[in-house]
Parts: sequence; structure tokens; C-alpha cells
Amino acid sequence: MTELRNPVSAAPSRGAGAGLWLSKAANLIFSVLLTFVGLLVVTFLIGRVIPIDPVLAVVGDRALPDVYARVRQELALDEPLYYQFWLYVTKALHGDFGKSVITSRPVIEDILRYFPATIELATLATLLGVMIGVPAGVVAAKNQGRWPDQLVRLLGLIGYSVPVFWLGLVGLFVFYSKLGWVSGTGRLDVYYEDIVDPVTGMMLIDAALAREWDIFFNAISHLALPVSILGYYSLAYISRMTRSFMIEQLGQEYVTAARVKGLSELRVVWRHALGNAMLPLVTVIALSYASLLEGAVLTETVFAWPGLGRYITDSLFNADMNPVLGGTFVVGLAFIGLNLLSDVLYRVLDPRSR
Amino acid sequence: MSTAGATQPGLRAWLLASAPRSRWQARCGNAYLAWLKLSANPLAMAGLAIIVALLLVVIFAPLLAPGTPYGQNLLHRLEPPSAENWFGTDQLGRDIYTRVVHGAQLTLMIVVLVAILAAPTGLLIGTVAGYSGGIVDTVLMRITDVFLAFPRLVLALAFAAALGPGIENAVIAIALTSWPPYARVARAETLALRSSDFIAAARLQGASPARIVLRHIVPLCLSSVIIRVTLDMAGIILTAAGLGFLGLGAQPPLPEWGAMVAAGRDFILDNWWVATIPGIAIFIVSLGFNLLGDGLRDVLDPKQR
Repeated sequence: MTELRNPVSAAPSRGAGAGLWLSKAANLIFSVLLTFVGLLVVTFLIGRVIPIDPVLAVVGDRALPDVYARVRQELALDEPLYYQFWLYVTKALHGDFGKSVITSRPVIEDILRYFPATIELATLATLLGVMIGVPAGVVAAKNQGRWPDQLVRLLGLIGYSVPVFWLGLVGLFVFYSKLGWVSGTGRLDVYYEDIVDPVTGMMLIDAALAREWDIFFNAISHLALPVSILGYYSLAYISRMTRSFMIEQLGQEYVTAARVKGLSELRVVWRHALGNAMLPLVTVIALSYASLLEGAVLTETVFAWPGLGRYITDSLFNADMNPVLGGTFVVGLAFIGLNLLSDVLYRVLDPRSR
Repeated sequence: MSTAGATQPGLRAWLLASAPRSRWQARCGNAYLAWLKLSANPLAMAGLAIIVALLLVVIFAPLLAPGTPYGQNLLHRLEPPSAENWFGTDQLGRDIYTRVVHGAQLTLMIVVLVAILAAPTGLLIGTVAGYSGGIVDTVLMRITDVFLAFPRLVLALAFAAALGPGIENAVIAIALTSWPPYARVARAETLALRSSDFIAAARLQGASPARIVLRHIVPLCLSSVIIRVTLDMAGIILTAAGLGFLGLGAQPPLPEWGAMVAAGRDFILDNWWVATIPGIAIFIVSLGFNLLGDGLRDVLDPKQR
């Protein structure tokens, strides 16, 4: 019976367990480090090829020549490229991405201030995507080729095809302007702003901590539309992947065995098959979360959402490059972190991969 | 010989022959079988119809919309759709229908250029990595991984910022971020081919590695890369439109759909058509590519669904 529960018959040999695991872990760490260095190289190089004089960005175009020269020296722009890169790396490792010209605060402070708003959006959207996407995918796999399947497929294809910024605008037009079901742009109505202490930076949690329930519900009505829109993208991806994993699992022999044993269909599908399909799904969910972090760039622009994406684009248009590169670096770091997390989770959850 | 078989149209019989006489005939037969499968899928055919329609619009744009997409008429600003202006007019009194029709050329151009830049790059890097193995493989694949690990839109944003806004730079930025998946696909195919007998035979005949990769391996990897590119087309269109929307892609007054949505943003609450109609155009075209790509994958790669 225990063998039947094991979906894949090829079990790994027990003997080489610990050593193999160690070398795998070392491999993983090595590749993560390499990606990290690559991230540094790319952001550094982008910073060098930009047709914006970093000195002028600091001193302004009416600075005296000696001020210009001093700042140029402070920024180490006359040093060889490898030395500049070394400086960049040591600074980045200390969380120093320079100062933002526009906000005149260190970039890292700005990022810490704006990132929670993006995380709040992406987390709620992913939750929505998982809660609807997984059951939808299971139902589609169960009814392969029939109308529920076609419906899920079509909804997914539409999700892959709709421009997110357009959906945001139309959503605002319909649900805010015409129907008045949700609040407009921004995180809160103007008169609620700056009342709650930013403890976590996530409006829902902060408002709940401060027991300001009016603000809490106002935050929800502002979140509803952007979260639904981002959540739809997450749903499109997750339901499609769930469907394909479930089809694979439902064709396995252990499912037949469970049915022969007389288990109810509900139990076979939702417990046995979905249990195994959840393993690869963890990776999918992590990836979808990561892509929402970047998909937020366009959504935040439409909804005037004070998150990291809007911080990056706003700085970009003011030729303020430190925030752009720092922000790109942080989003890239989040990507690497989520990939690593999904890898580790997969290994922990799936005994076969140990 | 049965008379029914004899009266069948010659072409069909030739295509479905169980014993093809030439390699050409066999290839055509396979293509015909794939087409039969594809044409049985209504969604894929709808996608194909959309893309054919896009091509027709691009070719016949001057006939479909004889006016110029830049003609301003400040007396007729922001007029709703009417018999005169089918899709209404924008903030400068330009006819939105004309602009959408001419914008199709830009969209097609972006997609084609990105495909031309990114697909060969990915194909070459993947095949060289897969065929060489060892240190070359490791280095190339690590570089690929770095680019894959990057958030695509943010990277394209940073590239577009570094290169300066404009449609050419948007194309380069998108191409720079879209080759890694093609390299992965090509490498996987190459690894499967590398140790096969015909490659060994070519090597024994003294073919250089460059010749083996270019003449023997690349042609065989081509089909899977092409499927991948078709599937990516919608993503490319959406990224380009997103860059245009942010103001980093095509610059005004070019009738690029994403930039048109951005222009209509300020009027969305009172003049919905300005932003809505170009957005629908983006949606329909990317839906077309998605539907076709989905169908193609079902036909050509039944394993992965």
C-alpha cells in the first residue's frame, strides 16, 4: 500500500543521501550567488551607459567647475571601471544605493518606505489567485475537454492577453466612476492619510493595529480594484498550471488504486491527487508572486499607488538614476529570493527530491 | 484499386500517401496532418483569423483609413464615436480609427523585430552551449540564468531608460530580455541530439563544430524555438505596449497603441473611448497570438499541455 501512495516508482537510493544532499545544497548556493553577482554587474553597467551625467544630476547644470570636479572625484568616476564596480558592490552590500535627487533621502530609506505598499498589493493578489485559481484548475482537469475546462482555458487566455494598464483604467471607469462600488486611486482617501503610524507599512495591518476601523475599510475599498486586477493575472497562470499538474496526477496508477480501494471521488481528487500536484504548484505560486511584484509597475502607475514600481518609474522620468538602479536591484533580489524559497520548499515538501 | 480512392483529389492523396516517394512529399504530408489537427481546433483557428486580419490591416492600411493618422482638427476634439469618426476623436481631434489602423503597422513591426533579434540570439547561444558542453555550457547557461532571474519589465524599463526612450530602443530592450527562454529550449534540444549517430557521422567526416551546429543542429531546433516565439508574441506585444504606456516606447505623435492608451488616461472618466479603443486593439491582437500559440503547442507538442 505504501508503494501505491508513491506516485513515482523510482525512489532515490537511501545510501548516498546526506552527501548528495550536501552537494546539491552547495550547487544551489553557488548558482544563487552567481545570479546575485550577475544582478550587480547588470545594474552597475546600466548605470554606466546611461546618457545622463551623474555629476550634473547631483550638482545641477550651473555648478562651478571646481565643485563639478570635486563631486566627480567623490563619485570616483575617474577611477578604473573595476574599482568603480568594487565600490558599487561594497556599497550595495551595505544597503547604500546613493541618494535620490528628487526626495533627497537615501534610496534605501525610500525603498523601505515604498516597498510595503507593493508587497501588500502582490500578497493579496496572490492569495486571491490561489484561492480561486487552484480549485478552478482542479475542476478543469476533472472535466477535461468539457465546458468547465474550456471556460477556465478561455479565462486564462484572456488573462494572458489583456494589457494590465488598460484593464486598470477601464476598471476605474466602470467600478469607480460609473458604479461607485470602489474607491479611486491612491491607498486611502485624502482625509484619512497620515493618521495611522506606519508600523509595517501595510495599510490593512497598520490600521488594524491602531484599531482605526474606518481607515481599515477605506483601505479595503482602495485595494479592491488593483488587487482584483492583479489577482486575475495570478489566477490565469495558477489555474492553467494546476490543470496541467492535475491531469498528470489523475493519470497515475495510484489514483486508480485509490479508486479501486473504494475511496470517494472527492477524496481521491482533492486529497490524493491535489496533494501531489501541490508540490510543483509551490514553485508556480512563488513565480507568480514574483511576477506580480513587477507587474505592479504598471498597475501602480494607473492607480497612483505609492509603491516601489511607481517610485522606479517616477524617478526614471526625473532622470534620477540612483532610485531606478536601486529599485531594479531590490526587485531582482526579491526574484532571486523567491526562486530560492520555492526551490527549498520543494525539497522540504517532497521527500523524493531529498 | 477502389474507384473512391481514384476520384479523391490528387493533392490530398499525395499528401496522405502512406509511402511517400521523396523527403519533400513526407514533409508536406506531416505539415498537412498538423494542419488538419490545428484546423479542428476552433480556438486556434480564431487566433489564426485574427492574425491574418492583422496582416491584412497592415497591408491595406492606406485603403482602410485613407486619412493621415497625424491630422489634427482642434474644432473636433474628444468627439464620441459617430458615423463620421467611427471610434471618435482624441484630445487633438485626430481620428482614432485611422490611428488604430496605422498603429497596427507599429505593433507588427515591434513583434517582428524582437523575434528577429531575440530568436537567433537564443538559438545560437543555446545550441553552442549544448553542443560544446563543459565550461562553455556552464558559463553561457549561467548568463542565461541571470537574465531569466531578472524581472522582465523592470529590466526592459532600465534598459529603455539607459538607451533613451524611443521605439527602436524599446525593441532592443525587449529583445535583450526575451532571448533566455529560447536559449534554454535550444540547449535542451541540442543535448538530446548531440550524441546521436548522424552527428557522430558528420564529425567523423571532418565537419567543423561550427558546421555541425549551424547546418545540422540549428535546423532541428528551429521548430521548437518557433513555437516558443509564437507563444511569446503576446507577451512581447504587451511589454511593448506597457513601455509605450509608460512613455518609454514609441514617442508621440506615433500612433502606438500603448502610448494612445496613456494619452487617453487623463480623459478616461468623461471620454472613455480615447483610452478604451486602442486597448481593445492590443487585447485582440495578443489574444490572437495566444490562441494560435496554444493550438500550435497542442498539435506539435502533445506532451506539454
